[in-house]
Amino acid sequence: MKTNNDSKAIKDNGVSLINRIPRWLWLLFSLGTAVLLWTLLSINPNTARSFPNIIVVGDAIITMISRGVFFKDIISSLISVGAGFALGFIIALPVAVLMAWYKPVRNIIEPWIQFIRNIPPLAYVPLVVISAGVGRKPQIIVITIATFLTMAITIYQGVVNIDTTLIKAARVLGAKDRDIFLKVIVPASLPFIMTAVRLGSSVALTTLIAAESTGASAGLGMRIRALNNSFESAPMLLYIIIIGMIGMIIEKIIKVLERRLTGWQEKREM
Amino acid sequence: MAGKERNVKVRIDNVVKKFNTRKGEMIALNGVNLDIMENEFVSVVGPSGCGKSTLLNIIAGLSEATSGKVYCDGREVKGTGIDRGVVFQQYALFPWLTVKKNVEFGLEIKGMGKEEASETAMKYIKMVDLEDFANHYPKELSGGMKQRVAIARAYAVNPSVLLMDEPFGALDAQTRTQLQVELLHTWEKEKKTCFFITHDVDEAIILAQRVVIMSARPGRIKEIIDVNIPYPRNQETKLLQDYIEIKNYIWKQVYQEYLEVRK
Repeated sequence: MKTNNDSKAIKDNGVSLINRIPRWLWLLFSLGTAVLLWTLLSINPNTARSFPNIIVVGDAIITMISRGVFFKDIISSLISVGAGFALGFIIALPVAVLMAWYKPVRNIIEPWIQFIRNIPPLAYVPLVVISAGVGRKPQIIVITIATFLTMAITIYQGVVNIDTTLIKAARVLGAKDRDIFLKVIVPASLPFIMTAVRLGSSVALTTLIAAESTGASAGLGMRIRALNNSFESAPMLLYIIIIGMIGMIIEKIIKVLERRLTGWQEKREM
Repeated sequence: MAGKERNVKVRIDNVVKKFNTRKGEMIALNGVNLDIMENEFVSVVGPSGCGKSTLLNIIAGLSEATSGKVYCDGREVKGTGIDRGVVFQQYALFPWLTVKKNVEFGLEIKGMGKEEASETAMKYIKMVDLEDFANHYPKELSGGMKQRVAIARAYAVNPSVLLMDEPFGALDAQTRTQLQVELLHTWEKEKKTCFFITHDVDEAIILAQRVVIMSARPGRIKEIIDVNIPYPRNQETKLLQDYIEIKNYIWKQVYQEYLEVRK
Protein backbone atom coordinates (compact mmCIF):
# COMPACT_ATOMS: atom_id res chain seq x y z
CA MET A 1 0.00 0.00 0.00
CA LYS A 2 2.75 2.34 0.99
CA THR A 3 4.71 1.72 -2.19
CA ASN A 4 1.57 2.22 -4.26
CA ASN A 5 1.10 5.67 -2.85
CA ASP A 6 4.74 6.48 -3.34
CA SER A 7 4.75 5.57 -7.00
CA LYS A 8 1.58 7.56 -7.52
CA ALA A 9 3.16 10.54 -5.84
CA ILE A 10 6.09 10.40 -8.23
CA LYS A 11 3.78 10.41 -11.21
CA ASP A 12 1.72 13.25 -9.77
CA ASN A 13 4.74 15.48 -9.69
CA GLY A 14 4.34 15.90 -13.44
CA VAL A 15 2.13 18.48 -15.09
CA SER A 16 -1.04 18.50 -13.05
CA LEU A 17 -3.39 19.14 -15.98
CA ILE A 18 -2.30 15.93 -17.70
CA ASN A 19 -3.04 13.99 -14.54
CA ARG A 20 -6.54 15.38 -14.29
CA ILE A 21 -7.63 13.94 -17.62
CA PRO A 22 -9.68 10.80 -16.97
CA ARG A 23 -8.81 7.50 -18.61
CA TRP A 24 -11.81 7.39 -20.94
CA LEU A 25 -10.93 10.79 -22.33
CA TRP A 26 -7.40 9.60 -23.06
CA LEU A 27 -8.87 6.65 -24.92
CA LEU A 28 -11.00 9.04 -26.94
CA PHE A 29 -7.93 11.13 -27.77
CA SER A 30 -6.04 8.04 -28.79
CA LEU A 31 -8.86 6.90 -31.02
CA GLY A 32 -9.28 10.36 -32.52
CA THR A 33 -5.59 10.64 -33.32
CA ALA A 34 -5.65 7.22 -34.95
CA VAL A 35 -8.61 8.17 -37.15
CA LEU A 36 -6.84 11.41 -38.07
CA LEU A 37 -3.68 9.55 -39.08
CA TRP A 38 -5.77 7.07 -41.00
CA THR A 39 -7.50 9.91 -42.87
CA LEU A 40 -4.12 11.42 -43.72
CA LEU A 41 -2.99 8.05 -45.08
CA SER A 42 -6.16 7.85 -47.16
CA ILE A 43 -5.44 11.28 -48.66
CA ASN A 44 -1.76 10.69 -49.35
CA PRO A 45 -1.58 9.32 -52.94
CA ASN A 46 1.22 6.91 -52.00
CA THR A 47 -0.84 5.16 -49.34
CA ALA A 48 -4.39 5.88 -50.44
CA ARG A 49 -4.82 2.53 -52.20
CA SER A 50 -3.98 0.59 -49.03
CA PHE A 51 -5.96 2.88 -46.76
CA PRO A 52 -9.41 3.72 -48.03
CA ASN A 53 -10.98 6.28 -45.73
CA ILE A 54 -13.12 5.43 -42.76
CA ILE A 55 -16.43 5.89 -44.56
CA VAL A 56 -15.48 3.56 -47.39
CA VAL A 57 -14.31 0.97 -44.89
CA GLY A 58 -17.54 1.41 -42.93
CA ASP A 59 -19.51 0.79 -46.12
CA ALA A 60 -17.57 -2.43 -46.60
CA ILE A 61 -19.50 -3.90 -43.66
CA ILE A 62 -22.68 -3.65 -45.72
CA THR A 63 -20.94 -5.08 -48.78
CA MET A 64 -19.69 -8.07 -46.84
CA ILE A 65 -23.05 -8.62 -45.13
CA SER A 66 -24.81 -8.52 -48.48
CA ARG A 67 -22.37 -11.10 -49.80
CA GLY A 68 -23.51 -13.24 -46.90
CA VAL A 69 -20.05 -13.83 -45.48
CA PHE A 70 -19.57 -11.18 -42.81
CA PHE A 71 -21.02 -12.98 -39.79
CA LYS A 72 -20.07 -16.37 -41.13
CA ASP A 73 -16.42 -15.30 -41.25
CA ILE A 74 -16.43 -13.86 -37.73
CA ILE A 75 -18.17 -16.88 -36.25
CA SER A 76 -15.97 -19.33 -38.12
CA SER A 77 -12.80 -17.63 -36.89
CA LEU A 78 -14.09 -17.42 -33.35
CA ILE A 79 -14.84 -21.15 -33.40
CA SER A 80 -11.34 -22.01 -34.64
CA VAL A 81 -9.65 -19.64 -32.22
CA GLY A 82 -11.81 -20.74 -29.31
CA ALA A 83 -11.44 -24.46 -29.96
CA GLY A 84 -7.70 -24.24 -30.75
CA PHE A 85 -7.02 -22.13 -27.71
CA ALA A 86 -9.08 -24.36 -25.42
CA LEU A 87 -7.35 -27.51 -26.66
CA GLY A 88 -3.94 -25.85 -26.38
CA PHE A 89 -4.71 -24.87 -22.81
CA ILE A 90 -6.04 -28.27 -21.82
CA ILE A 91 -2.86 -29.93 -23.10
CA ALA A 92 -0.48 -27.23 -21.85
CA LEU A 93 -1.63 -27.31 -18.22
CA PRO A 94 -0.77 -30.94 -17.36
CA VAL A 95 2.33 -30.92 -19.55
CA ALA A 96 3.63 -27.80 -17.79
CA VAL A 97 2.94 -29.28 -14.35
CA LEU A 98 4.64 -32.57 -15.29
CA MET A 99 7.62 -30.64 -16.64
CA ALA A 100 7.88 -28.69 -13.41
CA TRP A 101 7.65 -31.78 -11.22
CA TYR A 102 9.61 -34.40 -13.08
CA LYS A 103 13.05 -33.54 -14.31
CA PRO A 104 13.21 -36.24 -17.01
CA VAL A 105 9.96 -34.99 -18.54
CA ARG A 106 11.33 -31.45 -18.55
CA ASN A 107 14.68 -32.40 -19.99
CA ILE A 108 13.07 -34.24 -22.87
CA ILE A 109 10.15 -31.97 -23.70
CA GLU A 110 11.53 -28.49 -23.10
CA PRO A 111 14.00 -28.52 -26.02
CA TRP A 112 11.21 -29.65 -28.36
CA ILE A 113 9.02 -26.78 -27.29
CA GLN A 114 11.81 -24.24 -27.60
CA PHE A 115 12.63 -25.64 -31.04
CA ILE A 116 9.13 -25.59 -32.50
CA ARG A 117 8.21 -22.29 -30.85
CA ASN A 118 10.44 -20.26 -33.11
CA ILE A 119 9.11 -21.76 -36.32
CA PRO A 120 6.42 -19.61 -37.95
CA PRO A 121 3.17 -21.65 -38.02
CA LEU A 122 2.75 -20.84 -41.71
CA ALA A 123 5.79 -23.04 -42.34
CA TYR A 124 4.20 -26.25 -41.07
CA VAL A 125 0.70 -25.57 -42.34
CA PRO A 126 1.18 -27.68 -45.52
CA LEU A 127 2.33 -30.64 -43.43
CA VAL A 128 -0.76 -30.36 -41.26
CA VAL A 129 -3.00 -30.21 -44.33
CA ILE A 130 -1.38 -33.28 -45.87
CA SER A 131 -2.43 -35.40 -42.91
CA ALA A 132 -5.50 -33.61 -41.58
CA GLY A 133 -7.04 -32.58 -44.88
CA VAL A 134 -8.84 -29.28 -45.34
CA GLY A 135 -11.65 -27.72 -43.32
CA ARG A 136 -12.05 -27.05 -39.62
CA LYS A 137 -9.68 -29.74 -38.36
CA PRO A 138 -6.35 -28.37 -39.63
CA GLN A 139 -7.29 -24.85 -38.51
CA ILE A 140 -7.83 -26.03 -34.96
CA ILE A 141 -4.67 -28.13 -35.05
CA VAL A 142 -2.50 -25.19 -36.11
CA ILE A 143 -3.89 -22.89 -33.43
CA THR A 144 -3.65 -25.66 -30.83
CA ILE A 145 0.04 -26.19 -31.58
CA ALA A 146 0.89 -22.49 -31.43
CA THR A 147 -1.06 -21.76 -28.25
CA PHE A 148 0.12 -24.93 -26.55
CA LEU A 149 3.79 -24.04 -27.03
CA THR A 150 3.42 -20.54 -25.58
CA MET A 151 1.22 -21.56 -22.69
CA ALA A 152 3.19 -24.68 -21.70
CA ILE A 153 6.41 -22.68 -21.36
CA THR A 154 4.75 -19.84 -19.46
CA ILE A 155 2.93 -22.08 -16.98
CA TYR A 156 5.97 -24.30 -16.51
CA GLN A 157 8.19 -21.36 -15.68
CA GLY A 158 5.62 -20.15 -13.18
CA VAL A 159 5.21 -23.48 -11.42
CA VAL A 160 8.97 -24.02 -11.25
CA ASN A 161 9.47 -20.63 -9.65
CA ILE A 162 6.90 -21.00 -6.90
CA ASP A 163 8.40 -19.70 -3.68
CA THR A 164 9.59 -22.83 -1.85
CA THR A 165 9.18 -21.11 1.52
CA LEU A 166 5.43 -21.24 0.93
CA ILE A 167 5.65 -25.00 0.49
CA LYS A 168 7.76 -25.26 3.63
CA ALA A 169 5.32 -23.06 5.53
CA ALA A 170 2.46 -25.32 4.47
CA ARG A 171 4.40 -28.43 5.46
CA VAL A 172 5.15 -27.21 8.99
CA LEU A 173 1.45 -26.40 9.34
CA GLY A 174 0.69 -30.07 8.73
CA ALA A 175 0.02 -30.06 4.98
CA LYS A 176 0.53 -33.35 3.14
CA ASP A 177 1.40 -33.63 -0.57
CA ARG A 178 -2.25 -33.45 -1.60
CA ASP A 179 -2.86 -30.31 0.46
CA ILE A 180 0.29 -28.79 -0.91
CA PHE A 181 -0.79 -29.37 -4.48
CA LEU A 182 -4.35 -28.12 -4.02
CA LYS A 183 -3.79 -25.38 -1.46
CA VAL A 184 -0.37 -24.05 -2.44
CA ILE A 185 0.75 -25.07 -5.94
CA VAL A 186 -2.58 -24.44 -7.62
CA PRO A 187 -3.28 -20.98 -6.18
CA ALA A 188 0.37 -19.95 -6.47
CA SER A 189 0.34 -20.94 -10.15
CA LEU A 190 -2.82 -19.05 -10.93
CA PRO A 191 -1.10 -15.77 -11.87
CA PHE A 192 1.13 -17.62 -14.34
CA ILE A 193 -1.82 -19.53 -15.71
CA MET A 194 -3.61 -16.23 -16.29
CA THR A 195 -0.54 -14.78 -18.01
CA ALA A 196 -0.40 -17.90 -20.16
CA VAL A 197 -4.07 -17.50 -21.05
CA ARG A 198 -3.43 -13.92 -22.11
CA LEU A 199 -0.40 -14.78 -24.21
CA GLY A 200 -2.16 -17.84 -25.61
CA SER A 201 -5.23 -15.93 -26.71
CA SER A 202 -3.03 -13.40 -28.45
CA VAL A 203 -1.08 -16.14 -30.22
CA ALA A 204 -4.35 -17.78 -31.25
CA LEU A 205 -5.36 -14.61 -33.08
CA THR A 206 -1.97 -13.94 -34.66
CA THR A 207 -1.97 -17.51 -35.94
CA LEU A 208 -5.35 -17.02 -37.58
CA ILE A 209 -4.04 -16.24 -41.08
CA ALA A 210 -1.77 -19.27 -41.02
CA ALA A 211 -4.51 -21.49 -39.61
CA GLU A 212 -7.03 -20.40 -42.23
CA SER A 213 -4.65 -20.84 -45.12
CA THR A 214 -5.48 -24.53 -44.84
CA GLY A 215 -8.22 -24.33 -47.42
CA ALA A 216 -10.82 -22.88 -45.09
CA SER A 217 -14.22 -22.07 -46.56
CA ALA A 218 -14.83 -19.07 -44.29
CA GLY A 219 -13.02 -17.02 -41.66
CA LEU A 220 -11.47 -13.61 -41.17
CA GLY A 221 -7.99 -14.79 -42.12
CA MET A 222 -9.16 -16.80 -45.12
CA ARG A 223 -11.26 -13.84 -46.35
CA ILE A 224 -8.34 -11.42 -46.12
CA ARG A 225 -6.30 -13.69 -48.35
CA ALA A 226 -9.20 -14.09 -50.75
CA LEU A 227 -9.83 -10.35 -50.93
CA ASN A 228 -6.15 -9.90 -51.65
CA ASN A 229 -6.67 -11.62 -54.98
CA SER A 230 -9.27 -9.05 -56.05
CA PHE A 231 -7.41 -6.05 -54.54
CA GLU A 232 -10.42 -5.08 -52.41
CA SER A 233 -8.60 -3.04 -49.82
CA ALA A 234 -11.66 -1.60 -48.02
CA PRO A 235 -13.06 -4.93 -46.77
CA MET A 236 -9.51 -6.15 -46.12
CA LEU A 237 -8.84 -3.21 -43.82
CA LEU A 238 -12.22 -3.75 -42.22
CA TYR A 239 -11.36 -7.37 -41.43
CA ILE A 240 -7.97 -6.42 -40.07
CA ILE A 241 -9.64 -3.92 -37.74
CA ILE A 242 -12.14 -6.55 -36.65
CA ILE A 243 -9.34 -8.98 -35.73
CA GLY A 244 -7.74 -6.22 -33.65
CA MET A 245 -11.03 -5.46 -31.95
CA ILE A 246 -11.63 -9.10 -31.11
CA GLY A 247 -8.15 -9.18 -29.59
CA MET A 248 -8.85 -6.16 -27.42
CA ILE A 249 -12.19 -7.52 -26.25
CA ILE A 250 -10.61 -10.86 -25.29
CA GLU A 251 -7.82 -9.03 -23.48
CA LYS A 252 -10.36 -6.98 -21.52
CA ILE A 253 -12.31 -10.08 -20.51
CA ILE A 254 -9.14 -11.80 -19.35
CA LYS A 255 -8.08 -8.71 -17.39
CA VAL A 256 -11.36 -8.72 -15.50
CA LEU A 257 -10.91 -12.42 -14.76
CA GLU A 258 -7.35 -11.79 -13.68
CA ARG A 259 -8.35 -9.07 -11.27
CA ARG A 260 -10.97 -11.31 -9.69
CA LEU A 261 -8.79 -14.39 -9.45
CA THR A 262 -5.34 -13.00 -8.72
CA GLY A 263 -5.99 -9.57 -7.24
CA TRP A 264 -4.10 -10.72 -4.15
CA GLN A 265 -0.78 -10.40 -5.95
CA GLU A 266 1.77 -7.89 -4.72
CA LYS A 267 2.43 -6.48 -8.19
CA ARG A 268 -0.51 -6.21 -10.49
CA GLU A 269 0.59 -3.83 -13.23
CA MET A 270 1.32 -5.27 -16.67
CA MET B 1 16.28 -23.17 36.36
CA ALA B 2 15.59 -21.76 39.82
CA GLY B 3 15.90 -25.34 40.96
CA LYS B 4 12.51 -26.28 39.50
CA GLU B 5 12.15 -29.68 37.84
CA ARG B 6 11.30 -29.24 34.22
CA ASN B 7 10.72 -31.58 31.36
CA VAL B 8 12.90 -31.69 28.32
CA LYS B 9 10.81 -30.47 25.40
CA VAL B 10 13.28 -30.86 22.59
CA ARG B 11 16.39 -32.99 22.80
CA ILE B 12 19.08 -32.51 20.19
CA ASP B 13 21.29 -35.56 20.37
CA ASN B 14 24.66 -35.42 18.66
CA VAL B 15 23.34 -33.99 15.42
CA VAL B 16 25.74 -33.96 12.49
CA LYS B 17 24.91 -32.46 9.12
CA LYS B 18 27.12 -32.77 6.08
CA PHE B 19 26.50 -31.28 2.67
CA ASN B 20 28.05 -32.45 -0.53
CA THR B 21 29.32 -29.46 -2.43
CA ARG B 22 31.46 -29.13 -5.52
CA LYS B 23 34.48 -28.62 -3.32
CA GLY B 24 33.69 -31.85 -1.52
CA GLU B 25 32.08 -32.53 1.80
CA MET B 26 31.10 -29.57 3.95
CA ILE B 27 30.34 -30.14 7.59
CA ALA B 28 27.58 -27.75 8.60
CA LEU B 29 26.94 -29.16 12.05
CA ASN B 30 29.49 -31.20 13.92
CA GLY B 31 27.85 -32.99 16.83
CA VAL B 32 25.36 -30.61 18.37
CA ASN B 33 23.83 -31.51 21.73
CA LEU B 34 21.20 -29.40 23.41
CA ASP B 35 18.16 -29.86 25.61
CA ILE B 36 15.42 -27.28 25.34
CA MET B 37 13.26 -27.37 28.45
CA GLU B 38 9.53 -26.98 28.65
CA ASN B 39 8.44 -23.31 28.69
CA GLU B 40 11.97 -22.24 28.02
CA PHE B 41 13.04 -19.46 25.68
CA VAL B 42 16.36 -20.33 24.07
CA SER B 43 18.02 -18.14 21.52
CA VAL B 44 20.92 -18.98 19.27
CA VAL B 45 23.51 -16.52 18.02
CA GLY B 46 26.48 -17.04 15.78
CA PRO B 47 28.07 -15.73 12.64
CA SER B 48 26.42 -16.49 9.33
CA GLY B 49 27.42 -19.90 8.12
CA CYS B 50 27.58 -21.41 11.61
CA GLY B 51 24.70 -23.73 10.80
CA LYS B 52 22.10 -22.20 13.07
CA SER B 53 19.41 -22.21 10.38
CA THR B 54 20.42 -25.74 9.40
CA LEU B 55 19.88 -26.79 12.99
CA LEU B 56 16.44 -25.18 13.05
CA ASN B 57 15.51 -26.90 9.80
CA ILE B 58 16.51 -30.25 11.24
CA ILE B 59 14.43 -29.68 14.36
CA ALA B 60 11.52 -28.60 12.15
CA GLY B 61 11.91 -31.74 10.05
CA LEU B 62 12.46 -29.74 6.87
CA SER B 63 15.95 -31.16 6.60
CA GLU B 64 17.39 -34.47 7.71
CA ALA B 65 20.40 -34.88 9.96
CA THR B 66 23.29 -36.89 8.51
CA SER B 67 23.57 -38.58 11.88
CA GLY B 68 22.22 -37.99 15.34
CA LYS B 69 18.64 -37.56 16.41
CA VAL B 70 16.16 -34.95 17.50
CA TYR B 71 13.34 -35.72 19.92
CA CYS B 72 10.30 -33.59 20.57
CA ASP B 73 8.22 -34.57 23.60
CA GLY B 74 10.22 -37.78 23.68
CA ARG B 75 9.27 -38.78 20.12
CA GLU B 76 11.90 -38.95 17.46
CA VAL B 77 11.52 -36.25 14.83
CA LYS B 78 10.84 -37.66 11.38
CA GLY B 79 9.74 -34.99 8.94
CA THR B 80 7.61 -32.01 9.74
CA GLY B 81 4.86 -32.09 12.33
CA ILE B 82 2.48 -29.63 13.90
CA ASP B 83 4.14 -30.20 17.27
CA ARG B 84 6.86 -27.88 15.92
CA GLY B 85 5.70 -24.53 14.57
CA VAL B 86 8.03 -22.45 12.44
CA VAL B 87 8.23 -18.71 11.82
CA PHE B 88 10.37 -17.86 8.80
CA GLN B 89 12.33 -14.71 8.14
CA GLN B 90 10.51 -14.14 4.84
CA TYR B 91 7.08 -14.32 6.59
CA ALA B 92 5.90 -16.97 4.09
CA LEU B 93 2.29 -15.86 4.23
CA PHE B 94 0.06 -17.23 1.50
CA PRO B 95 -0.58 -14.10 -0.57
CA TRP B 96 -3.87 -15.40 -1.96
CA LEU B 97 -5.38 -15.78 1.50
CA THR B 98 -6.59 -13.08 3.85
CA VAL B 99 -4.98 -12.68 7.27
CA LYS B 100 -7.72 -14.75 8.85
CA LYS B 101 -7.54 -17.49 6.20
CA ASN B 102 -3.77 -17.63 6.62
CA VAL B 103 -4.16 -18.22 10.34
CA GLU B 104 -6.90 -20.80 9.69
CA PHE B 105 -4.73 -22.70 7.17
CA GLY B 106 -3.19 -25.10 9.68
CA LEU B 107 -6.44 -25.46 11.60
CA GLU B 108 -8.31 -26.50 8.47
CA ILE B 109 -5.70 -29.11 7.64
CA LYS B 110 -5.96 -30.36 11.21
CA GLY B 111 -9.62 -30.99 10.45
CA MET B 112 -10.99 -28.40 12.85
CA GLY B 113 -14.61 -27.35 12.26
CA LYS B 114 -15.28 -24.05 10.51
CA GLU B 115 -16.61 -22.19 13.52
CA GLU B 116 -13.96 -23.41 15.90
CA ALA B 117 -11.22 -22.60 13.39
CA SER B 118 -12.64 -19.12 12.92
CA GLU B 119 -12.78 -18.52 16.67
CA THR B 120 -9.28 -19.85 17.24
CA ALA B 121 -7.89 -17.79 14.38
CA MET B 122 -9.50 -14.62 15.69
CA LYS B 123 -8.13 -15.29 19.16
CA TYR B 124 -4.57 -15.32 17.84
CA ILE B 125 -5.15 -12.44 15.44
CA LYS B 126 -6.25 -10.44 18.49
CA MET B 127 -3.15 -11.61 20.31
CA VAL B 128 -1.01 -9.88 17.69
CA ASP B 129 -3.35 -6.87 17.58
CA LEU B 130 -4.48 -7.27 14.00
CA GLU B 131 -8.22 -7.81 14.42
CA ASP B 132 -8.90 -4.77 12.21
CA PHE B 133 -6.94 -6.42 9.42
CA ALA B 134 -8.45 -9.91 9.59
CA ASN B 135 -9.92 -9.62 6.11
CA HIS B 136 -6.96 -7.89 4.49
CA TYR B 137 -4.58 -9.58 2.09
CA PRO B 138 -0.86 -9.78 2.92
CA LYS B 139 0.00 -7.26 0.21
CA GLU B 140 -1.90 -4.65 2.19
CA LEU B 141 0.24 -5.16 5.30
CA SER B 142 3.62 -3.78 6.34
CA GLY B 143 6.54 -6.14 7.01
CA GLY B 144 6.01 -6.01 10.77
CA MET B 145 2.32 -6.79 10.39
CA LYS B 146 3.07 -9.69 8.07
CA GLN B 147 5.41 -11.20 10.61
CA ARG B 148 2.79 -10.79 13.33
CA VAL B 149 0.37 -12.73 11.16
CA ALA B 150 3.00 -15.43 10.68
CA ILE B 151 3.46 -15.62 14.45
CA ALA B 152 -0.31 -15.85 14.99
CA ARG B 153 -0.48 -18.57 12.34
CA ALA B 154 2.24 -20.58 14.06
CA TYR B 155 0.62 -20.15 17.49
CA ALA B 156 -2.85 -21.08 16.27
CA VAL B 157 -2.06 -24.75 15.66
CA ASN B 158 -0.76 -24.87 19.24
CA PRO B 159 2.64 -26.47 18.66
CA SER B 160 4.75 -27.84 21.51
CA VAL B 161 7.62 -25.65 20.51
CA LEU B 162 7.96 -22.56 18.35
CA LEU B 163 10.99 -22.42 16.08
CA MET B 164 11.86 -18.95 14.84
CA ASP B 165 14.42 -18.42 12.12
CA GLU B 166 15.60 -14.80 12.33
CA PRO B 167 11.98 -13.71 12.26
CA PHE B 168 12.73 -10.01 12.68
CA GLY B 169 15.81 -9.97 10.47
CA ALA B 170 14.09 -8.29 7.54
CA LEU B 171 12.46 -5.53 9.59
CA ASP B 172 13.64 -2.02 10.32
CA ALA B 173 15.17 -1.37 13.75
CA GLN B 174 12.08 0.25 15.24
CA THR B 175 9.65 -2.39 14.12
CA ARG B 176 12.07 -5.04 15.26
CA THR B 177 12.24 -3.61 18.79
CA GLN B 178 8.47 -3.35 18.89
CA LEU B 179 8.01 -6.95 17.82
CA GLN B 180 10.57 -8.11 20.37
CA VAL B 181 8.54 -6.45 23.11
CA GLU B 182 5.35 -8.01 21.79
CA LEU B 183 6.95 -11.43 21.60
CA LEU B 184 8.18 -11.02 25.17
CA HIS B 185 4.67 -10.20 26.37
CA THR B 186 3.22 -13.17 24.54
CA TRP B 187 5.86 -15.49 25.89
CA GLU B 188 5.44 -14.18 29.44
CA LYS B 189 1.73 -14.97 29.15
CA GLU B 190 1.75 -18.29 27.32
CA LYS B 191 5.24 -19.60 28.19
CA LYS B 192 5.39 -21.40 24.86
CA THR B 193 8.74 -23.14 24.45
CA CYS B 194 10.73 -21.06 21.96
CA PHE B 195 13.85 -21.71 19.93
CA PHE B 196 14.87 -18.40 18.44
CA ILE B 197 17.64 -17.86 15.93
CA THR B 198 19.14 -14.44 15.40
CA HIS B 199 22.41 -12.72 14.62
CA ASP B 200 21.47 -9.78 16.82
CA VAL B 201 23.06 -10.22 20.26
CA ASP B 202 20.70 -7.72 21.91
CA GLU B 203 17.71 -9.52 20.55
CA ALA B 204 19.04 -12.87 21.74
CA ILE B 205 19.56 -11.65 25.31
CA ILE B 206 16.45 -9.55 25.81
CA LEU B 207 14.21 -12.48 24.86
CA ALA B 208 15.88 -15.57 26.14
CA GLN B 209 16.59 -17.42 29.34
CA ARG B 210 19.55 -19.07 27.71
CA VAL B 211 21.67 -17.90 24.82
CA VAL B 212 23.45 -20.53 22.77
CA ILE B 213 26.58 -19.25 21.04
CA MET B 214 27.53 -21.22 17.97
CA SER B 215 30.86 -21.32 16.24
CA ALA B 216 31.36 -21.78 12.56
CA ARG B 217 33.16 -24.29 10.38
CA PRO B 218 32.25 -26.75 11.50
CA GLY B 219 29.14 -25.53 13.28
CA ARG B 220 28.91 -26.54 16.90
CA ILE B 221 27.86 -25.08 20.22
CA LYS B 222 30.60 -22.95 21.66
CA GLU B 223 29.01 -21.90 24.89
CA ILE B 224 25.63 -21.61 26.57
CA ILE B 225 25.00 -18.51 28.66
CA ASP B 226 22.27 -18.27 31.29
CA VAL B 227 20.52 -14.93 31.24
CA ASN B 228 19.53 -14.56 34.86
CA ILE B 229 17.49 -11.43 34.40
CA PRO B 230 13.94 -11.78 35.69
CA TYR B 231 10.89 -11.23 33.51
CA PRO B 232 8.93 -9.14 32.73
CA ARG B 233 11.58 -7.50 30.66
CA ASN B 234 11.31 -4.46 28.48
CA GLN B 235 13.56 -1.99 26.69
CA GLU B 236 14.83 -0.65 30.02
CA THR B 237 16.18 -4.07 30.84
CA LYS B 238 18.95 -3.24 28.41
CA LEU B 239 20.22 -0.60 30.87
CA LEU B 240 20.75 -3.07 33.74
CA GLN B 241 24.32 -3.79 34.75
CA ASP B 242 23.73 -7.56 34.48
CA TYR B 243 22.44 -7.14 30.99
CA ILE B 244 25.37 -5.03 29.87
CA GLU B 245 27.86 -7.52 31.27
CA ILE B 246 26.21 -10.44 29.53
CA LYS B 247 25.97 -8.48 26.33
CA ASN B 248 29.64 -7.54 26.37
CA TYR B 249 30.62 -11.11 27.04
CA ILE B 250 28.46 -12.64 24.32
CA TRP B 251 29.37 -9.93 21.86
CA LYS B 252 33.07 -10.69 22.34
CA GLN B 253 32.47 -14.39 21.80
CA VAL B 254 30.44 -13.82 18.67
CA TYR B 255 32.92 -11.31 17.33
CA GLN B 256 35.73 -13.81 17.81
CA GLU B 257 33.75 -16.31 15.79
CA TYR B 258 33.11 -13.71 13.15
CA LEU B 259 36.85 -13.09 12.85
CA GLU B 260 37.43 -16.84 12.58
CA VAL B 261 35.00 -17.08 9.70
CA ARG B 262 36.65 -14.20 7.87
CA LYS B 263 40.05 -15.86 7.95
